[in-house]
Amino acid sequence: ILAMSSAATTPPSVDKVDGFSRKSVRKAKQKRSQSSSQFRSQGKPIELTPLPLLKDVPAQEQPDLFLKKLQQCCTVFDFMDTLSDLKMKEYKRSTLNELVDYVTVSRGYLTEQAYPEVVKMVSYNIFRTLPPSDSNEFDPEEDEPTLEASWPHLQLVYEFFIRFLESQEFQPSIAKKYIDQKFVLQLLELFDSEDPRERDYLKTVLHRIYGKFLGLRAFIRKQINNIFLRFVYETEHFNGVAELLEILGSIINGFALPLKAEHKQFLVKVLIPLHTVRSLSLFHAQLAYCIVQFLEKDPTLTEPVIRGLLKFWPKTCSQKEVMFLGELEEILDVIEPTQFVKIQEPLFKQISKCVSSPHFQVAERALYYWNNEYIMSLIEENSNVILPIMFASLYRISKEHWNPAIVALVYNVLKAFMEMNSTLFDELTATYKSDRQREKKKEKEREELWKKLEDLELKRGLRSDAIIPT
Amino acid sequence: MAGADGDDSLYPIAVLIDELRNEDVQLRLNSIKKLSTIALALGVERTRTELLPFLTDTIYDEDEVLLALAEQLGNFTMLVGGPEYVHCLLPPLESLATVEETVVRDKAVESLRKISHEHSPVDLEVHFEPLVKRLASGDWFTSRTSACGLFSVCYPRVSSTVKAEIRQHFRNLCSDDTPMVRRAAASKLGEFAKVLELEYVKSDIISLFTALASDEQDSVRLLAVEACVSIATLLPQEDLETLVMPTLRQAAEDKSWRVRYMVADKFSELQKAVGPEITKNDLVPAFQNLLKDCEAEVRAAAANKVKEFCENLPEDSRETIIMTHILPCVKELVSDTNQHVKSALASVIMGLSTILGKDNTIEHLLPLFLAQLKDECPEVRLNIISNLDCVNEVIGIRQLSQSLLPAIVELAEDAKWRVRLAIIEYMPLLAGQLGVEFFDEKLNSLCMAWLVDHVYAIREAATCNLTKLVEKFGAEWAQNTIVPKVLGMANDPNYLHRMTTLFCINALSEACGQEITTKHMLPVVLKMSNDQVANVRFNVAKSLQKIGPVLDSNCLQTEVKPVLEKLAADQDIDVKYFAQEAISVLALA
Repeated sequence: ILAMSSAATTPPSVDKVDGFSRKSVRKAKQKRSQSSSQFRSQGKPIELTPLPLLKDVPAQEQPDLFLKKLQQCCTVFDFMDTLSDLKMKEYKRSTLNELVDYVTVSRGYLTEQAYPEVVKMVSYNIFRTLPPSDSNEFDPEEDEPTLEASWPHLQLVYEFFIRFLESQEFQPSIAKKYIDQKFVLQLLELFDSEDPRERDYLKTVLHRIYGKFLGLRAFIRKQINNIFLRFVYETEHFNGVAELLEILGSIINGFALPLKAEHKQFLVKVLIPLHTVRSLSLFHAQLAYCIVQFLEKDPTLTEPVIRGLLKFWPKTCSQKEVMFLGELEEILDVIEPTQFVKIQEPLFKQISKCVSSPHFQVAERALYYWNNEYIMSLIEENSNVILPIMFASLYRISKEHWNPAIVALVYNVLKAFMEMNSTLFDELTATYKSDRQREKKKEKEREELWKKLEDLELKRGLRSDAIIPT
Repeated sequence: MAGADGDDSLYPIAVLIDELRNEDVQLRLNSIKKLSTIALALGVERTRTELLPFLTDTIYDEDEVLLALAEQLGNFTMLVGGPEYVHCLLPPLESLATVEETVVRDKAVESLRKISHEHSPVDLEVHFEPLVKRLASGDWFTSRTSACGLFSVCYPRVSSTVKAEIRQHFRNLCSDDTPMVRRAAASKLGEFAKVLELEYVKSDIISLFTALASDEQDSVRLLAVEACVSIATLLPQEDLETLVMPTLRQAAEDKSWRVRYMVADKFSELQKAVGPEITKNDLVPAFQNLLKDCEAEVRAAAANKVKEFCENLPEDSRETIIMTHILPCVKELVSDTNQHVKSALASVIMGLSTILGKDNTIEHLLPLFLAQLKDECPEVRLNIISNLDCVNEVIGIRQLSQSLLPAIVELAEDAKWRVRLAIIEYMPLLAGQLGVEFFDEKLNSLCMAWLVDHVYAIREAATCNLTKLVEKFGAEWAQNTIVPKVLGMANDPNYLHRMTTLFCINALSEACGQEITTKHMLPVVLKMSNDQVANVRFNVAKSLQKIGPVLDSNCLQTEVKPVLEKLAADQDIDVKYFAQEAISVLALA
């Protein structure tokens, strides 16, 4: 009881700011930016000797000049120092721009000597140790990402590399000497970049490499595998999961049938455990897409997938539970009736728990299944199995749920069941009470059991010497 | 076995076993947690022949159940019949060591390590070591990862042929295809090295160490740094230069900041492991580089080690090294751009004064302390203030007091209450070092201002602070300086402030003693029993209960009892409750 008298109304002063304001409010500062971890504070100013434009020299001199320009672009500038080397930074930017145009429109520029130089220039620029995240508690959902300071150059390098890979003259058979496993490994590490613009470019680059270098495909898949396993079981931190899953989505799409054991293992041992990660919401759409792709390829995988989801069903996080329900509906949309029958019992036991969740968004999301015509038809075909599983929860919520919208939805579902199978429905209604009583009795018996057990332990404690041989 | 109780007593056990199959996870979990009871009831024979096979079969359960199971089995030796039969526990633990979930696997490995010691040398070779080999050559990475933790427990107790096999398996895992396995192996490298014969440390471990330390993944390389400490400790001094140092030098300049961070973080251990000569020649320049690293994370980790590193330098050259090599870097860190770096430095920098002595401290360190006391980041200032005692011993705190005061005042009024809370906690320390005069003149008003802070935690800490001050300066001081101000607040229009008076009295009465309490505090408390606010009134009852033991019995009967009786008849239920409680505790009924 806090009886506030008139004498006690002076409010405590609130002029001072306390540390409880929301992060998003506190962090409304300017966007942060950072640069690779390789720069030791400034050395000497950088000098590059300006070269003529490619279009200004005769065609036969162009390949040579092209190489020279590539070599110049290997020079990397410190962008955290916004004042240093301004002229040379601008020169490199315009040179990169020129190179981008050149690889797009020119013909006959790609000599064999150019390949190592291109790969070298790209490597010098993009491969770098990513700096530590600015704050330990970086929350991708709430915080602004830290942007890459050297983006004005980096973007053009990526742009150039993609045009190079897509160029008609590009020959994978020559390039594979330089774009090798080590190159790909470093490329994959960059997916951890906090800058979404960079990850977007990386996605395209990796996609092109996967498409053109058949010899690297298995390696790329294996390394992605490792990244995911580490993410799930060790760090729970990797910025590029969504992008990698997006690439995998199209890779899975191209898998030949029957699926190899390796691919099935990837589904069950890597993709399904990805659901357990705390930051699931950041890549769930892409993950669900991959899962559905697999099931469309091979429907017999439905049972292990659904069992996997049920195993990892969120216990406390309602937001994740809603995501799981969404994904499950996507799966049910493509499920074959024969597969459905195999999994319906455990599946609807879970759905019946969701329907009676006190969190109305969870209950609502589960009840929406009954608006899905295909799911409805499956339920109808198997109402003799599903109705008994669902009935108790539905009946109870129709009387007790705090949220009127949920109660209304439940009434509709009950009505639908009644129309589907009225005999069974009446039977269940009639036995509802006695079933509850039986459950309560069982509950009581269990309690007594535990009590007895404690007695037993006590007794045993007294004569334990006699039982344990020494 | 349980014959004396008849079959009846086994009934609960039967149900319990049944519960292990229940649909509800929570019930399965309850049951698995009673596994030892079940086993005890079944007896050793049936536990071995029935329960364990059953458990081995049901390993496809929820991770939470598996975790409980993995833990239980580690304590099961007696329940299966003692060391002679301990190997019966291996099959279920082997399966548990291969599951996906790290927590379960780690627990299974922990239990396996535990029961390995209970195996006889023969059983170890017949049962345990084959299990390790199976895990080490498992298909999926999880079993190989688990194997890494088991080599060191069986190696010392097996024959030399088996030893050679174990070394080979460990070698394989160090170059495993999967980085997860290499990480697990790298993290156990130091532990494994410790149980190996020196010749194999030199031949096997060093090459593995070198390979792991130049792995393509920085997450593997950084674990090699950890192993470096154990390995360097095992080797004779004359081998360190050729076998360890090239790798360590390379790690200190690794292109990945994570590896350099690890070196900085382990620097004191490394320093001890390689000894004074190598420290002088190699580690000093390496440390300088880490203090100047381009990543703040690395600089902060190194800054944290400044004191320890300097302390452990060889005595003959300690001062020279610090003055010429370390101090210049430290000076730069004082004005670092990153506040974590500055704050890490501030938490250890004062410790240098004991190492460098009075003159050097005054000439070189004092300017740095003063600069840090004016730092914009409150954490830096706090860290300096919290370590004042180190300096006090060397040069006395007076040297600092001019700069100290503004810093304290600013922290005392910081907008963040946690900062205010932190500085309050150092008040008794400061008061002790600055002396009563300085305190009365400069700091007393701060301490009083905190009593009316708008955050409860601050008011509470301020109350507690007063008690400690009284313990330092004595009851007389309290009566002259603190008590009047505290009692004055009893008439404050804000009931929260009036309650603070009561809280202070609760805290101070014992330290102030009977006379002050009876003469000055009690009348105020009694008067407050007429307060309009119920919260104040029931706190009066609580206060009376608290200060009762300090008062004499006459006073209790004549003054306290009537007031409590009145409060016990209050219209507010809480006031009644606490009044009655006080009456019964003080035995006034």
